[in-house]
Amino acid sequence: MEDLKREGHDFASSDAGDMAGDAMMGNVRPALNLLVVLFGMWLLWSGHYTTQLIGFGLVSCLGVVLLCWRMGIVDREALPLDLTWRTLRYIPWLTLEVVKSNIDLAKRVLSPRLPISPQLVELQATQKTDLGRITFANSITLTPSTVTIEARRDGRFVVHALAHEIAQDLRNGEMDRRVSRLEKVEKPESAS
Amino acid sequence: MAGALDVLSWACLLTGSFFALVSSLAMLRLPDFYSRVHGASITDTMGAGLILLGLVFQAGFSLVTVKLALVLMFLVITGPTASHALAKAAYRLGLEPVIGPEEEESPSQT
Repeated sequence: MEDLKREGHDFASSDAGDMAGDAMMGNVRPALNLLVVLFGMWLLWSGHYTTQLIGFGLVSCLGVVLLCWRMGIVDREALPLDLTWRTLRYIPWLTLEVVKSNIDLAKRVLSPRLPISPQLVELQATQKTDLGRITFANSITLTPSTVTIEARRDGRFVVHALAHEIAQDLRNGEMDRRVSRLEKVEKPESAS
Repeated sequence: MAGALDVLSWACLLTGSFFALVSSLAMLRLPDFYSRVHGASITDTMGAGLILLGLVFQAGFSLVTVKLALVLMFLVITGPTASHALAKAAYRLGLEPVIGPEEEESPSQT
């Protein structure tokens, strides 16, 4: 994932250089979104609703947005909170998978025979965006008994799985398909 | 009402603690670095998740609930990222994972 992030960053900065001129106008919406989310966070964390404190909050949030804007990091990537209907259906499925896998792993650990058989699995992920691949890699790692070791931009993943059945589940690719379906609503990345 | 919430809350807290205990047992029993990472993720997910859920029931539904939910959200994102960073660093430095015995299976690509 380190690779993804590094390359993603390069892409972001070169992108910002390309359209330095109209970046200012194009980024108004993301900047407003950022402001709304930051201020919402402030309200939720603070819990003190006096004019003075809310004022401080608003000024701080404006300051942060201004800084981000000047640094040229206000874009879609800065705020990847796409709460779509698909995401809402993915989260319960993932939670259930994580719970099932936790119980399975707890059984294996508590069993006197310790029935494990660690494997390295190579996968070809089918996501088209960085965000999709990161979601997939994090979903794999979040599930106990599978850890993403490598996640490349070309979609080649190396995953450590704790047993044959678990490795086989990964190769069946249900999680991969579900994550890929998540990103279908997004427009494909404009970068080549 | 409060009684039922308390029971629910304590059930979550105790189950969460149980999973955290299993997780530490896993650290002792599993054979190598990579498999121990799996053991640690039990605490990250079931342990922390259930304990936070239990605390939500204790706190009642208020701003505290929102904060606990946010804590869970950050854990869910940072936990796997840290595990991955560890596993990748170990892999890059050439630490060979212990590979279990092959069972009869379709020839794998690995």
